[in-house]
Amino acid sequence: MPELRINGETHSFDAPVGRSLAHVLREDLGFTGTKVACGEGHCGACTVQLDGVPTLSCITLVHTVGTREVTTIEGLRDHPLVAAFVRTDAVQCGFCTPGQVVSAAALVEANASPSQDEIRHAMSGNLCRCGTYPKIEEAIRTWQD
Amino acid sequence: MARLIRTEKEVEGRYEEVWIVVDEDALDQWPAGPLTTVGQRVPRVDGLMRVRGQAPYTADLQLPGMLHTAVLRSPYARARVASIDLESARSAPGVRAAIGPADLDQLTDEPGYVGHAVAAVAADTFGQAHAAVERIAVQWDVLEPLLDPDEAVRQKSFVSDVAKYARGDFERGLAEADVVVEAEYRTQVVLHNSFETHQAVCHWEDDGITIYISTQYIWGIRASMAEQLGLPPDKVRVICHAMGGGFGAKNSPGDYTPIAAELAKRTGRPVRCALTRREENVAAGNRNATIQRLTAAATSDGTLVALGGDFINAIGFSGWSATTEGPMKMLYACDNVRTTQYPAKLNLPPMAAFRAPGFVEGTFGLECLLDELAAKLDIDPLELRRRNYADSDRTDDRPFSSKNLAECYRRAEPHWAKRDEVRARSKGPWKHGVGLASQIWYGGGGPPSYAWIRVGSDGRAQVVTAMQDIGTGTRTAMAQIAAEELGIPFDHVQVSLGDSARGPFASISAGSSTVPSMGPAVRSAAADAKRQIIEIAAQRFHLEERVLDLRNGQIVSADGGSWPLTEVTGLLESGQILGKGARGPNPAGMVVLTFGVQVAEVAVDVETGEVRVDKIVAIHDVGRVINALGAESQVEGGIIQGIGHTLSEERIVDPATGSILTRTLDAYRIPTIADVPEIVTDLIDIPDEHLTNLGSKGLGEPPIIPVAAAIANAIRDATGADVRSLPITREEMLRALREAEARQKERSGAPAAV
Repeated sequence: MPELRINGETHSFDAPVGRSLAHVLREDLGFTGTKVACGEGHCGACTVQLDGVPTLSCITLVHTVGTREVTTIEGLRDHPLVAAFVRTDAVQCGFCTPGQVVSAAALVEANASPSQDEIRHAMSGNLCRCGTYPKIEEAIRTWQD
Repeated sequence: MARLIRTEKEVEGRYEEVWIVVDEDALDQWPAGPLTTVGQRVPRVDGLMRVRGQAPYTADLQLPGMLHTAVLRSPYARARVASIDLESARSAPGVRAAIGPADLDQLTDEPGYVGHAVAAVAADTFGQAHAAVERIAVQWDVLEPLLDPDEAVRQKSFVSDVAKYARGDFERGLAEADVVVEAEYRTQVVLHNSFETHQAVCHWEDDGITIYISTQYIWGIRASMAEQLGLPPDKVRVICHAMGGGFGAKNSPGDYTPIAAELAKRTGRPVRCALTRREENVAAGNRNATIQRLTAAATSDGTLVALGGDFINAIGFSGWSATTEGPMKMLYACDNVRTTQYPAKLNLPPMAAFRAPGFVEGTFGLECLLDELAAKLDIDPLELRRRNYADSDRTDDRPFSSKNLAECYRRAEPHWAKRDEVRARSKGPWKHGVGLASQIWYGGGGPPSYAWIRVGSDGRAQVVTAMQDIGTGTRTAMAQIAAEELGIPFDHVQVSLGDSARGPFASISAGSSTVPSMGPAVRSAAADAKRQIIEIAAQRFHLEERVLDLRNGQIVSADGGSWPLTEVTGLLESGQILGKGARGPNPAGMVVLTFGVQVAEVAVDVETGEVRVDKIVAIHDVGRVINALGAESQVEGGIIQGIGHTLSEERIVDPATGSILTRTLDAYRIPTIADVPEIVTDLIDIPDEHLTNLGSKGLGEPPIIPVAAAIANAIRDATGADVRSLPITREEMLRALREAEARQKERSGAPAAV
């Protein structure tokens, strides 16, 4: 059976060719922290990291992941960004938020003190319908506080 | 004591007269201003759960044996199903049931819009259900759709009666005027696009049904589904612990809940029916388009002597007609007002309430018109609004329970005074300007709404009420109110909600009514528990009840005595103090409204038509603020949705067929983080002294209302161009600039074109 490396652990899965990584994570392996809001790569809610690179899991075929390390929100639950999102109220309905945190974690890993422009550039693929953007910016600006 | 009253009930600006049993609201309001917990900046109690991806959304639910649904939706705006063959779907792999127009009211053989549900299939996986739907053979008789709102008015195709309103004498007002402006404004259809799509999981258990649903109104779903299924309401249990956005579109069961219920009944399995994003953009409701043909007339001193308008609400196939004319009737002290509203029925997807339905659209028209009038009168736009200030509700001469719009205007002054400074930033093709617009809306909430509270031997409290938190921070606000009243630390309160079988009736989370409806009930329940604790303490410490109070987790006496709360509650062991509370009546003979003003700074590239919003200052009067942090988030969210409505969002329809062309989140453009301006939130935070034991009004909707007009008025300030159609695309901006240029040439006496 094929395997995935997810948050430092190995999981085997059984899925037909053509199934998305998001589907396998959510429906088959129980990683429901990853959300699917559009299912066609437009909104960023399903963002996970593949070897640290933010990736849209809803348009990533699970059989193409290979040996790359998958990091989902479940692997980032104790990241300081999580507390920063809560403290700054960078969450309303919360449906896009796990994807926001996954993208932001990749950003601050590469650049611990991003400028406003850098934050906006890195985060513009993660849509939020409630409009938490000002608070997301604040959370990323102050994540080390 | 319970009291039976005849009262007006208001939701989203719709009034109805109803009998309501209310409890007296005996508590005095707290003093104004921030208290121990209420009024402070409090991060939300369910924040960690949501940020970590642990919140239980309907979308995350997996029940053993659960089936998935795909829906066949009409590809035609108007058609008849001549024949339909479900057998090929029933024999497809994984399919457990297929239903069509003969099986369920919500499935039609005469679709009236693209996306109208015709048939549905339940299968082991969504992929199988989807593949089976593709196999359903339908013979369609395609009919000519009605798509043009003006044509619908001509044909008298309406979803409800034409609404006419008049006060004073509009024609006489016009005759007395020194200046008259007339303009036509258009607003587009916008889509809610909640991130969790509309969905429900239905599961028949024993002789009843459990419905897990992404909803704004647990009790509305319960009542509606009980009626549809012919069940006593208590046999319908509705559960929603977390939901991914609604914005007005999730107040009713839609088609997906009855479909899931029917398929679950036929298969004996739990069934999920979840809309895809593409279905969401077609069949989940929308803010309807409007056409507003408006007139404003004033004497030379700026006194409004006539306001009038014909408003066409392009409703779609069904829905209700929001009061687009509301702001014109209510915002100013004009003696002569005449409005007509036409609720056009079209072969387009049905409307659903969307954050201040009607008033978002009507405020765009009215407040732009007022600035056009101010320009003609050569009166400062803020001054013009002050000269026409309404001191009472002019639609029926009742007093306002409170109105601090004048204070909002006062606080807007320093931002408004920066006009010259902002304009001076203009450089090359980029022209800068400042505009403002006022806001009026409902938001008083009302009875009935109930809450229970239990205090255990550890001195901690649990609020229990069957309401829902749609992402607005309801759990947090209710915990703050309970903690404040009980005098215990905020983190000693938990809030249990989201289940109609666990807790009393609670209000809808819509119409800016959650805090003003539920907050007073929770405070009243906490006060009931507190009274009992003090009764016990008085016996324990041999003191009179009147000298005792609860503060900071301590029982304190007037003579300086102090005991930890647990010294009394600890006596209970497994016993509990149970408090119950109800929302009292709204103030009799008064109108409860919210008010505000927003000031926008914009920059316009007059060569390309690009519009950039640099800053929005939002000043709103919503009574007492419960959570200053959460309130700020609501304001920012409303403004950002408003910016989308103003500049980029538009559902586009093929004018020949009525097909929806914008079905994805790249075609339908909601704002991104890069589109957000500086936002300054300034809430007046004065309790409404007549409204409940809290003095809090609602806040969810007011911030989106004035955004479009403030931006459009800033564009006029920057460029002299009158934008009159939303969204303000580059095409609309360039059209307005060309029109302004032509007008300028005409005025400067340039020779007529040869």
